[in-house]
Amino acid sequence: MVKFYDREFSSRLLIGTALYPSPKIMQDAIRASGSQIVTVSLRRESAGGKTGDAFWSLIRELDVTVLPNTAGCKTVREAVTTAKLARELFGTPWVKLEVIADNDTLQPDVVGLVEAATILIKDGFEVFPYCTDDLGVALRLVDAGCKVVMPWAAPIGSAKGIVNRDGLRLLRDRLPDITLVVDAGLGAPSHAAQALELGYDAVLLNTAIAKADDPVAMANAFRLGVEAGRTAYQAGLMEARDFASPSTPVVGTPFWHAVS
Amino acid sequence: MRVTINGEAREIVATRIDALLNELEYEGSHFAIALNFDVLPKSRWAETHLKAGDEIEIITPRQGG
Repeated sequence: MVKFYDREFSSRLLIGTALYPSPKIMQDAIRASGSQIVTVSLRRESAGGKTGDAFWSLIRELDVTVLPNTAGCKTVREAVTTAKLARELFGTPWVKLEVIADNDTLQPDVVGLVEAATILIKDGFEVFPYCTDDLGVALRLVDAGCKVVMPWAAPIGSAKGIVNRDGLRLLRDRLPDITLVVDAGLGAPSHAAQALELGYDAVLLNTAIAKADDPVAMANAFRLGVEAGRTAYQAGLMEARDFASPSTPVVGTPFWHAVS
Repeated sequence: MRVTINGEAREIVATRIDALLNELEYEGSHFAIALNFDVLPKSRWAETHLKAGDEIEIITPRQGG
């Protein structure tokens, strides 16, 4: 089981709800992923519009826990207000906190992130901060009261997989009691498996599933990748080494010592 | 009176939030509203008076990653 604040879940795959070819495929992909937590956003509704209601009824049919995000927020003020709107709208203290520094890379503004997290936690929120793999930032987020930290693997939607493996490993080593989620940049189920093999508690992704040729099949593949990675972590992976070590026994090799 | 709704300047007649939603013909049921960057709980929509220059954000759930 994986713990997010005071709640426990069996699935270690958190999934986004955007970019699918159709609402039906979104629902089928989420079901195939086995995810119990889905991310959603908040957007302006135009007059007479019912887009929000239609989307919300699709999500409610899935019987999943909702994690609202503050995607697109560039300032602490925007992010804090968006989080409060999410709490009002979804009735949850959870928020995936994003404060974005740069439009092209969607790199988190880690200074603003720590500030916004501090404000929100004092106000009773349970914050899931989207951050980089910087240990100093992660420590500040934990100091602020975050019990979940979500470093990126690579920029959002880039599908590059884990760019800074050593950085992610260091976070795991230094924050053994924090729920760590690799959020963003994963492109393949093998990337998700690598995150779990490093001891990460879960992964969060969207684009790699939603933009696959067959999102439902890919959701299933990611489910299996996460399970494989977690099982491997629990089984205990061997350390890499520089020289070969024969797996076949040497003693009794035919003609052994026969050549002078 | 002139206010800003979802980033656009609008001329409105309504003087309270619930009346404003009617005036703009909002039909859905899942909204959250921010008035001048503060969340306005649904329980206060009927009693909150609007004034010229107010900035109103009308927000609903949407797809997200």
